[in-house]
Amino acid sequence: MIRMMSVLTLAAVLATSGPTSAEEKETPIRGGTLNSIVHPEPPILSPLLNTATPIVLVATKINDGLVDYALDGSIKPQLAESWDFSKDGLTLTFKLRKGVTWHDGHPFTSADVKFSIEEGLLKYSSAGKRIFQTLSKVETPDEQTVILTLSKPTPVIYRNFNAQALWLLPKHLYEGTDIRSNPWNAKPIGTGPFVFKEYVRGSHIALDRNPNYWDAGKPYLDRVVFKIIPDAAGRAAAFETGAVQFGQQHPITFADAERLKKDGRFVVDTRGYEFSPTWFWLEPNHKNQYLQHTKVRQAIAHAIDRGLLLKTVWGGYGKVADSPIPSALKPFHLGEGLQQYPFDPKRAEQLLDEAGFPRKEGGWRFKLTHDFIPYGDDYRRTGEFVRQSLRRVGIDVTLGSQDLTTWLKSVFTDYNFDLISSWGNAGADPQMGIETRFWSKARMPGTSWVVVSGYQNDELDAAVEDAQTQIEPQKRVEDYNTLQRIVQRDLPLIPLFEIDWFSVYDKRLHGLTNTPNQRADNFANVYFAPE
Amino acid sequence: MSSAGQSRSLLRYVARRVLLAIPLILGIIAFNFFLLQLAPGDLADVVASEQGGAAADAGYVQELRKAFGLDLPILLQLWTYLKNVATLDFGFSHRYGIAVTELITARLGGTLLLAATSLVIAVILGTVLGLLAARRPGGVIDSVVSILATLAYSAPLFWVGLMLIVFFGVYLQWLPTGGMQEVTKVPLQGLALLIDRLHHLILPATTLALFFMAIYARMTRASMIEAMSQDYIRTARAKGLRDRRIIFRHGFRNALLPLVTMIGLQAGTLLGGSVVVETVFAWPGMGRLAFEAVSNRDLNLLLSIMLLSSFVVVAVNLVVDILYAWLDPRIEVGA
Repeated sequence: MIRMMSVLTLAAVLATSGPTSAEEKETPIRGGTLNSIVHPEPPILSPLLNTATPIVLVATKINDGLVDYALDGSIKPQLAESWDFSKDGLTLTFKLRKGVTWHDGHPFTSADVKFSIEEGLLKYSSAGKRIFQTLSKVETPDEQTVILTLSKPTPVIYRNFNAQALWLLPKHLYEGTDIRSNPWNAKPIGTGPFVFKEYVRGSHIALDRNPNYWDAGKPYLDRVVFKIIPDAAGRAAAFETGAVQFGQQHPITFADAERLKKDGRFVVDTRGYEFSPTWFWLEPNHKNQYLQHTKVRQAIAHAIDRGLLLKTVWGGYGKVADSPIPSALKPFHLGEGLQQYPFDPKRAEQLLDEAGFPRKEGGWRFKLTHDFIPYGDDYRRTGEFVRQSLRRVGIDVTLGSQDLTTWLKSVFTDYNFDLISSWGNAGADPQMGIETRFWSKARMPGTSWVVVSGYQNDELDAAVEDAQTQIEPQKRVEDYNTLQRIVQRDLPLIPLFEIDWFSVYDKRLHGLTNTPNQRADNFANVYFAPE
Repeated sequence: MSSAGQSRSLLRYVARRVLLAIPLILGIIAFNFFLLQLAPGDLADVVASEQGGAAADAGYVQELRKAFGLDLPILLQLWTYLKNVATLDFGFSHRYGIAVTELITARLGGTLLLAATSLVIAVILGTVLGLLAARRPGGVIDSVVSILATLAYSAPLFWVGLMLIVFFGVYLQWLPTGGMQEVTKVPLQGLALLIDRLHHLILPATTLALFFMAIYARMTRASMIEAMSQDYIRTARAKGLRDRRIIFRHGFRNALLPLVTMIGLQAGTLLGGSVVVETVFAWPGMGRLAFEAVSNRDLNLLLSIMLLSSFVVVAVNLVVDILYAWLDPRIEVGA
């Protein structure tokens, strides 16, 4: 079992994990209401149907998963007390905790898990369908045992047993209903530390302490209230007036973060995102007569001062990408031996000349449209920075501004673009966030967030496919090394930088960063320390 | 005409206006429906994209489209919607997973409260300032009012909102910076609830009111100056009537007509302005819901919001027309 689990990327897996930070060694204090920001407003509260961050942030306080993950990557028990994964990686057995009840008092059993996988995950979760595609059987020999049988070893599956990835449904409320329109999706009944109290649309979501939580004595907080504050300046003001004490994933602007840092009442913290290594890239359309040339793509990489971009647009929260796999994704990130593209406009001009696109009359080489992902001002400014950088080396770039739905349609369905900028979460395992950016078989019209460049490389495809079922950890690392070497050489897409997410919270708040995935943490360990 | 005859004619008039409004509102729905069809992408694209970075399932979007009824021919979709609306069924929002009526009723109160309060503040303040300014055109008060009105009219709503937040919310800490209520474990009731709502309402309503106040102040000033220069005012003065009676009974009553027209015309703008104010102040109103419905191509929701807002605009204008007759007996409703 231990050997098998080392496939999971990080250190060896322990059955349980002890306190990993100084915070947890203090005596936690019970009581209090945590007011948190949630933005944008979550349309529903079911990560089964929608994995958008705000939904995960709220829902995971209400419902626990089979397991959770510790900072070192190891599995922590949650609803499953123990587990046994067979050596061949084909049989995964979970022993469930006894005496756990849903918030309505109904007992939680293996039948709920089987129902959630078969009727929920495999039917309605697009990510789940892909990750669990090798699952051939779910057996429940008794109320506390769940046995999953796989047709092939599937290393990525081990990272997907928490509440965010495998959302558990109370069978007694969902069986025989249309799961997609079940009213409980908006007011979930879970097994987690907080019970859903109310959702006042456009205003807030309130959760109360679960008095019957399986982990006796927890949670420490009486209440968690998620306030919906759509305006960034309004969110900063809410911190300053004490209306909220917590916000995650860039809750305020970089300038406001700097200001609040100096205030003394707040912590601006980049911890808690270890499972969300995020990177930002430019993706060229390889059908474009200019961008299909490797030298043109390399020239673009050389033309952009990525350090300056990070400093001026992203408040310095991030680092220049040296690989398509973010540096936090250890041990997969290959730091050395990859081709790099430091800022060098002269080299860029030289490459463009060599590619056969010299400056013509007026100084321009050719025209491109750059459609940045319409996620807000930071992304628009990044687009503007790219535009200015490329214009300096003679590429006449026009910035395309659309609403998100239009952008999604023109990029992922119509492939109607020259150059886009976008970003993604590489996930806790490269297969989750990296392979779909490069694996040519992931490209399907109408499917968002997969490779759209049109680039295809047999060697890269073979490496990705081997990694999907590769049980030997070192070989799997080597597969992704191959991917990194090819990508940094050919630049099918151009990695620009890694984003460091930050949370802002009241400094009295403890227990928030002892997790690699803050948004999906259930807040059972969060408490207010006295001032 | 006898008073019974007057009310009958008024009723007939209202009935005719309501009947005329039906095709208008249907037209608005159809227009919005087709407009939304022209925009690329649909709700299935949005929902699928929110599944994140691993949605590598070609059939998934098609599946969603089928589940949402978006695979049906366009005209059939419109017909189904209209047919349902006729039975007061406004459909299901597939994005929010609940009935559209539930979503709208949860947010309608917020917008109506904000818009109505702002309107009342704007009309009262605007009229008073306009009247003061019109008493001595070119005088000190007139100049001050003109400068204030120009500032309030030209400053962007979001900026005014933010400035009020910074000053009254963050710096003085007198008023909450956002939301409509204090979230308490035990829901507030009675007077405490009323005070809490008012407390939260002051900043957003003032922000929205300032803009409209500027319009009404300028409008009142202009119509008042015009009314006061009429012959009947000179006659009233010659008869030796008191100043107050001349201003209010003879001048202001006549000056009110254009002001009332303006209020009717601005009803739509007021709803539009509330989108900005709702965003800045995290006010749970319908404006933000409409904005989200457009961005997410949430067809049923958007059509129902359009239906409701066109109904409000039609209703406000109807009230304005009736007010005309009351203000100026020469205008006969239903004539």
